This record gives sequence, structure tokens and C-alpha cells, in this order.
Amino acid sequence: MASKRIYKELTECTTSPPPDMKVCLWNESDLHTWKVALAGPASSVYEGGNYAVLVTLPTDYPFKPPTVRILTRIYHPNVTNDNLGNICLSILKPENWKPATKVSAVLQAVRQLLVEPQPDDPLEARIADEYRNDRNEFEKNARQYVTRYARGPPVFGDAPPAAEKSK
Amino acid sequence: MFICTATKLHPSLPSPFHLPNTAAIPPTTRKRKAAEASISSQPTEALPNKRVASAAKSKAPPTPVTTTSNTMDSEEDFMSAMSSDADMQDFSGEEAPSYPFTYFDDDFDDEPDPDFGVLKDSGSKKKVAYDVSFQVYEPADIQRQQDDMVNEVNMILDINKEDAAILLRHFRWNKEKLIEDLMDRRAKVLEAAGLGTDVNTAPKLEPVPGFVCDICCEDEEGLETFAMKCGHRYCVHCYRHYLTQKVREEGEAARIQCPAEGCGRIIDTKSLDLLVTPDLADRYRELLNRTYVEDKDTLKWCPAPDCQNAVECGVKKKDLDKVVPTVACLCGHRFCFGCILNDHQPAPCELVKKWLKKCADDSETANWISANTKECPRCNSTIEKNGGCNHMTCRKCKHEFCWMCMGLWSEHGTSWYNCNRFEEKSGTDARDAQAKSRMSLERYLHYYNRYANHEQSAKLDKDIYQKTERKMVELQRESGMSWIEVQYLNAASQTLQMCRQTLKWTYAFAFYLARNNLTEIFEDNQKDLEMAVEALSEMFEKPVQELCDRKLKVVIMDKTSYCNKRRIILLDDTAENLANGATGGTIYDYFAW
Ligand SMILES: [Zn+2]
Ligand SMILES: [Zn+2]
Ligand SMILES: [Zn+2]
Ligand SMILES: [Zn+2]
Ligand SMILES: [Zn+2]
Ligand SMILES: [Zn+2]
Repeated sequence: MASKRIYKELTECTTSPPPDMKVCLWNESDLHTWKVALAGPASSVYEGGNYAVLVTLPTDYPFKPPTVRILTRIYHPNVTNDNLGNICLSILKPENWKPATKVSAVLQAVRQLLVEPQPDDPLEARIADEYRNDRNEFEKNARQYVTRYARGPPVFGDAPPAAEKSK
Repeated sequence: MFICTATKLHPSLPSPFHLPNTAAIPPTTRKRKAAEASISSQPTEALPNKRVASAAKSKAPPTPVTTTSNTMDSEEDFMSAMSSDADMQDFSGEEAPSYPFTYFDDDFDDEPDPDFGVLKDSGSKKKVAYDVSFQVYEPADIQRQQDDMVNEVNMILDINKEDAAILLRHFRWNKEKLIEDLMDRRAKVLEAAGLGTDVNTAPKLEPVPGFVCDICCEDEEGLETFAMKCGHRYCVHCYRHYLTQKVREEGEAARIQCPAEGCGRIIDTKSLDLLVTPDLADRYRELLNRTYVEDKDTLKWCPAPDCQNAVECGVKKKDLDKVVPTVACLCGHRFCFGCILNDHQPAPCELVKKWLKKCADDSETANWISANTKECPRCNSTIEKNGGCNHMTCRKCKHEFCWMCMGLWSEHGTSWYNCNRFEEKSGTDARDAQAKSRMSLERYLHYYNRYANHEQSAKLDKDIYQKTERKMVELQRESGMSWIEVQYLNAASQTLQMCRQTLKWTYAFAFYLARNNLTEIFEDNQKDLEMAVEALSEMFEKPVQELCDRKLKVVIMDKTSYCNKRRIILLDDTAENLANGATGGTIYDYFAW
């Protein structure tokens, strides 16, 4: 039952992907692991950066939410400042997740988070504080990360990194 | 007791609501009232009656004072229970009665109290500043309150009981608002609560030609579909899966939304019944019942495992910086009504949250590392200081330098003072930051170690309790004292546990206090209590042979009383200062950490 839905979504996402994105499977045999290349949205501080985004659909998808991670290092209040790149997105919280929500909507929400960080619901409290109180410093740091980590084509690695629990 | 409230609110209602006489007070309530009076001194177990408290506490008392009886055993008990019930009517009023969770209880002055040390000494019934009013409800009470409200809505609005319950939940049990809104715009309200009046719109399953389910993407012919009033239609399998997951796995009931993205429509009971298996519908109703407590800000479930009681307390969220609302359930569990954690007086909830987060935070370890390790100025490898000597030699590159100033050791000569002078001269920021971090860490560890020490003792509560029981049995044998005569040990044990719990939190509290004359008073109080507790603890640990000495018994009883008194003084003082902050008086200054 899930595969029919996933296949349909994948087809939609590859043929008409959400803005600034390219979507494909990590490997052809696994419908549940998606690679998304996301270009930092124009006029955001992440402009010019290329981000490797990993989307994992649980076995129980679409009744359980997908997990999304930004594998490329990014300086952002709602993304963990580490190699995991866990994202805090309210629509992905189990209690908020709706089975009718599509991956493309999730991806657009991720993109929107780059345009407009949510410092009130942070994963990185320090960066959130900086975003609120010293926007110039935040933008400087964010741009530095872009230069340092996100300049070239997005790097996904050979195998999808193992999912790691983080709160 | 709900009946009483209803009577007050609707004096004109017909007879079912006019039952505020004694006959209407169910026996269970009376029993509970009596238990309430005794809760104070019994942090570990629920007891139906004060007088048999200690006997009931013991799992197998060798010489029980009396058998436990769940009924009132004197007119006096009954009267006091009655007056408590009468008080309930005014629960939220000015004259709110206090249900002390501490030691105030002089209802039983007619005979010596086995809990002597814990109970006496507080003397008056003066309401102390840290005391909050609360009320414990057992499952039957909770059910009765709901039933009463449902019945009332059923009568006033002429709506069947099932629908009345849905409406009440929809209005989060705000009966007044429900009645008002429903009288104003009945159809709209019914619609919004998922109770459309039109029989034609009763929920039903139906196949829709050309339908494709948006969740599973199935489109087979004849596929049964369902949609709530919002019109978002999905196949019955998806709906079933979704609802089962919500109810079974997430324990959700009253607020299960339509599966559509962004749609806030709540599933109603009738639709749910149509879609899921009967046993899931049962579970759903069970969960619905819980919403009565969860929806009311003045009600909270007792967090003790397996306890099904709820506690009512009027302390508002916004006042939690001024009061620490500790309540005690009938099961004996003492917890904070504000944050549901174990009793954490005198520290306010917010501070407790901060402290626990701080303790859990790895950043402290990071601070420790930065305070105790430095990088070699030449090769940058990490060097840990493990002795008092400031002469450091890098293990890797053999660079020799001074821990204090990071300068070359060779340039230091042999005198410490050289280093000192050198430091004054240059004083780089990096060094200042390190010194600061070291200092703040030392400060934190000072409080943390004491906090953790008392917490450790609290964890041993169970052992201590069992040890006390054994000791009491032994002591009876060795000294010929009666069961009642050895109760003072039980009282001492409980006092120790309670005081340690308080002391533990005084250290977290003190960590955040800025220095002023109030902190000094606070620290004096803390010191007094701690010294008394340690002294009592030492006596309490004495071997049974020594405890046989009746003089020691008197000393222990006195010390127990003293500890309780010190604890009350500390809590009272602190609570008063916290509360005064609200009225523009002095308030504790917190460090902005
Ligand atoms: Zn479906
Ligand atoms: Zn809907
Ligand atoms: Zn309880
Ligand atoms: Zn609290
Ligand atoms: Zn070195
Ligand atoms: Zn030096």
C-alpha cells in the first residue's frame, strides 16, 4: 500500500521537483531513501550553497512522518550544528504529522526554513540567540559556513548515513 | 462535592441539584476527608485514618495498635469530615481552607500521637506561606463530577448524554460557556463539535466513483470511503489505520484531527465508532475520560505510577515564580502541582527546570575540561593539570611552560612572584576567560555536590524505611517498649527524608541566588537545618542497644521536632520572600545564568 503512494510521490518529485531542488533515490532498490540536492534559496544567507538532503521514509509511511537531514554542514538555528544535520520541523513531529502530507510539502517547508529560520523553536539555542540579537553576526557566520562547506556540488557520501537519534 | 458547587451556581435548579445535605456526602468522600487530614505526616502511604496511621504503615506490625477501619470511628471525625466538605464549596473563594500537607494537625489531641515528633511543635494552625490548598480526587470522584456535568447539560439543554459529553469535551468542560454558546447559536455549535443535527449527514461509509485515496493512492472500484464534515475524503483502510495509530499508539482521543494537511477538524465519537473495531472504540472512550482532568487547568493526575487519583489546586501558572505548590496525593506521593516533578520546595519551578537542564548539560563537562586542561602553547596538544605544580612539560613536544601564565618556564626563573608580575603585565583575554570558567565551575560544583549528596540520600529512602521497620521491631524486643513507644523512630526517619528533599533543593536554589542580606538569612536557615539533620541522622543510625536508653529517645524526639521546625522556618521564610516579590517587596535576585 505504501509503495504505490511512495512511487507516485517520487514520480511527481522527480518530474516536477519543488523549487531549487533535485530529487532521486539513493539507490534504485530502495524506495524509502531519497537524495535531494537543495540550492540555497536566492536572497537568503544560504544563497550559493549546495546542500545534500537525506529523506528517509519509515516503513509505516505515510502514517509516520519521514525524517529529513541536511548532510551538508549549515549554520542555522533549527538544524543541529554537527554531522547529523537533524532538523526541527513542526509538521514532522509525530503528533502533528498528517498522513496526507506529501514529501514535496515537507521539502518546501525545509526550504522555507532556510528563507525564514524559526528561532523560537531552536535546536541550536546559541545560534537562535544570535539570530535574534545579532543578525549581522549570524549572517556573517552563516555565509562563512556556506563558503566553507557548501560551495561545491552537494556531497552525499557512498551509503546513506545511519539514522541517529537526536532529540 | 461537585453537587455542592452546582447548587451554588444554579440555586434555581430542580431537585436533583439540591443535595447539599450530609446525606449526600458519599461515604467514600468522608473516608477520604479523614485521610486528607492525615496525609501530612505520611509521605509514603495513603491512610484512611490518622489514629491508626502508624500501624497501617507497617506491612506486618508485630503489635498493631488497632485494626484499620475505613469507617469513621467517632462523631468528632465525622464532624471534621463534614466541615471539610462544607469548605469545599468555597474552594476558589476568599476563605479557601488550607489542606496542609505538612504537620499541622491537632484534631487528635485527646490521646498521645504515635507520630509525636512529626506532628507536634508546629503549635498553631497558622497558615504558613509555603502552604497551598488542594484536594485529592479518586477515580470515582472524577467520574461522578463528569457525570454530574453531563447530566446537568443534558437537563438544561435537552441534549442526550452522549452528545452532552461530546459538547463538554469540545468546550474543554467549560459548562458555562457551552450553555451560553449553545443558546446563542445552537446549529453552529453542534456542527463545530461534530454533532450536525441533520440526520442525512450522519456519518457513513460510501464508495465514490472515480475516487483516488490521497493517502494510499488506491483507486480500485467500490473502495469504501469516508469523509468528515470538512469533506476531506480518504479510503476506509487509511482512516482505520490512522485512527488506530492515534488511539492505540499515541493515546490520543479528544483531539484527533482530520488526516488532511492543515485541517483541524476533530473526529467525533460517532464517526470513530463507524470506522474502528469495538475494542479500539472502548480504548478511545477510556482516553476521552481522561481529558476531563487534562482539560482543566486546576486538575492534574497524580504522577505516581499506578495511581489513578487527580489533584485539584487553584495555583495559576503565572504565579509559579511566587509560589511552589507542593501537593500530596492520597497514595502518599508528594509532587509539585506546577511542574509535576517531585516536591522541590523551596526552589520555584522555573529554577528547577533550569537547574536540571544545567545538570544534564554536557557543557559543564566542557567547562571542566577547559578549566582543567589547556593546550600546549607550542604544539597545541591537550595537557591536563593533575597536580598542584605550575611547571608544565608537554608530553608530546617537551615544551616547558607555566600553567598560570602559559609563558616559557625558562624565562620564569625560580620565583612564583615573577609569574605573578608577568601576568599583571600582559593579562590576555584568553587567560581571563579560563579563570572565569574555572571559577564558575567551582561554584557550580560546590552546589551540585551538596545537591547530589542529598539526592543520593533521598534515593535510599526505601532502604531507610525498611531499616527503620526492622529497627523498631528489634527495639521493641530489646527494650520492652511497645509498638506505639517506638514510633518515634518512624517519625525521625520520615523527618530525615523530608528534610533531605528540602535541603537538596535549597542548594539548587542557592546556586541561582545573588548575594544580598536575604541570601544570608537563607543560608543561615539552610545551615541550621542541615546541621540538625546531620545530627539527627547520626543519632538515628545508633545501634539498637543504645537506642534502648530512654534518654536518647527523648533527645531524638526533640531533634526530630527541631528538624521539622527548622524546615518549616526555612520554607516559610523563602515562600514569603518569593510571594513578596509579587507585591513589590523584596525578591530574591537571581543570577542571570
Ligand atoms: Zn487510502
Ligand atoms: Zn479535513
Ligand atoms: Zn497518587
Ligand atoms: Zn514545580
Ligand atoms: Zn607541546
Ligand atoms: Zn607563570
